[in-house]
Amino acid sequence: MADAIEIAARVRSGSVTAVDIVEQHLAAIAKREPEIHAFNLVLAEQARARAHEVDAMVAAGRDPGPLAGVPIALKDNMCTRGVPTTCSSKILAGWKPPYDATVVSKLAAAGAVVIGKTNLDEFAMGSSTENSAFGPTRNPHDITRVPGGSSGGSAAAVSAGFASLGLGSDTGGSIRQPAALCGVVGVKPTYGYVSRYGLIAFASSLDQIGPFANSVADAALLLDVIGGHDPMDSTSIPLTHPALLDVVGQGAEGLRVGRITDLPDGADPDVTERLELAFDALRAAGATIVDVQVPAFEFGLTAYYLIGPAEASSNLARYDGVRYGLRVDAADTNAMYGVTRAAGFGDEVKRRIMLGTYALSAGYYDAYYGKALKVRRLIHDEFERAYQRADVLLTPTSPSVAFPFGAKGDNPLAMYLCDVYTIPANLTGHPGMSVPFGTGAADLPVGVQVLAGTLCEPQMFRAAAALERALS
Amino acid sequence: MSDRISAETVTKVARLARLDLTPEEIERTTAELDGMLEHFADIDTLQLDDVVPMTQPYPLENVFRDDVIVPGLDRDEVLAVAPAVEDGRFRVPPIIGLDA
Repeated sequence: MADAIEIAARVRSGSVTAVDIVEQHLAAIAKREPEIHAFNLVLAEQARARAHEVDAMVAAGRDPGPLAGVPIALKDNMCTRGVPTTCSSKILAGWKPPYDATVVSKLAAAGAVVIGKTNLDEFAMGSSTENSAFGPTRNPHDITRVPGGSSGGSAAAVSAGFASLGLGSDTGGSIRQPAALCGVVGVKPTYGYVSRYGLIAFASSLDQIGPFANSVADAALLLDVIGGHDPMDSTSIPLTHPALLDVVGQGAEGLRVGRITDLPDGADPDVTERLELAFDALRAAGATIVDVQVPAFEFGLTAYYLIGPAEASSNLARYDGVRYGLRVDAADTNAMYGVTRAAGFGDEVKRRIMLGTYALSAGYYDAYYGKALKVRRLIHDEFERAYQRADVLLTPTSPSVAFPFGAKGDNPLAMYLCDVYTIPANLTGHPGMSVPFGTGAADLPVGVQVLAGTLCEPQMFRAAAALERALS
Repeated sequence: MSDRISAETVTKVARLARLDLTPEEIERTTAELDGMLEHFADIDTLQLDDVVPMTQPYPLENVFRDDVIVPGLDRDEVLAVAPAVEDGRFRVPPIIGLDA
């Protein structure tokens, strides 16, 4: 019983209790979590108590909300008041935030039950969840392989049935790529669609929270709950969003589906084969396929790996051993900063702080960061032109199916290339989502990425739902 | 050992970033950054003279809230998770008079 819509309907009608639902998911966790390691923290007692509250509301004739009794896994970079929030980093180990993220408050108001905090690449920097200070998460489809990253824990938790829904954050593909590798739906909404208040910042102009789910409709339900303007996030869009759950059944009839003819090479043959079948499926569902060009697509990787680290180097300056987290003592404060940060951050985080600090430093700013911002504009404008001709675009989500642990070796660039198809949507702010679309090599899940223009989530969800229906 | 970036520059950047890297880390980081910068040179082929830099995806300007007093975070709760506190404040090692 993993379908969130069905769980919520049954809990609201009283035909099943939220307590039973939580116990079923805790049993699944007890059975497989030791080998998967999706969670940094399982909140068993808190979840049970919350489920009792939900059941009590139903018994009293009150409606707990659209996610009544639905167990959800939260990426451990979203603040939960009084509950440890680590970003899978030693520098935040044991830290208990004094406030809830807006998404956490919205989930509570909708009747959801938070079942645990999930593992991630430290500070969401990575594409395999191998960079966690607390050890990697394993892919439920094959435990010798990575779940993707950085939201690998949430993807694995939903894939393994530990939670009905999950939340992740996506800065360069960190929701969509693990969704593809774990065979679940993952959505990065339009930048500003979901409040970032209480999401621990990695790269503020790129970060966006979004859902993991077992179906497109479940993802729509969750996004409907967490979306919307928030005065606590000055970058959140001051508009009311249409209910996506209402559009998922509308079909792909009449949609213009774009094929990017100059998409960068690099996807494995099993992945491109599934992508071709996805175009066929949407054509069969009444969509029109059109060719579009995005010549600057291939430069996204460079722009991203300059802008992301630049923003990160600034955001992560706050971990200084003064107000929260780890402190390593030293004779004076300046020395304390250096030893604390050296001890608290892992290799990838240090690498990106160094890269970002360099790209922003005097003498190099124009050559790197300044130029990257111009490339960002170029890519944005090219996508805007493409969206005049097409409602949605289809690409692979990930160049390959889930890869074995250690496969990318010590070469950071090899790992960065995992994000080549997902990065542009973060640079442009456009929405994107990954939908499971069959299997590829070694019988592992393949995801197809559906991209759309600013606030064109309805068209994106229609196309995604049509792909899902084509498989069933 | 490196064409695009020197160990000396990396040492300076580490100091700017307040990261005490070991000599081995400096050496490794120099090689890694050099490899990345070589890849990143791909954008040097683009004609960007007239392109306006893009710093945010959704243009919003001057986002203000009404000037009303609202409760802030709970002081005790915030200080409870600090590494060192004294008299209701964060305590740090000496700042003045030691370091250059």
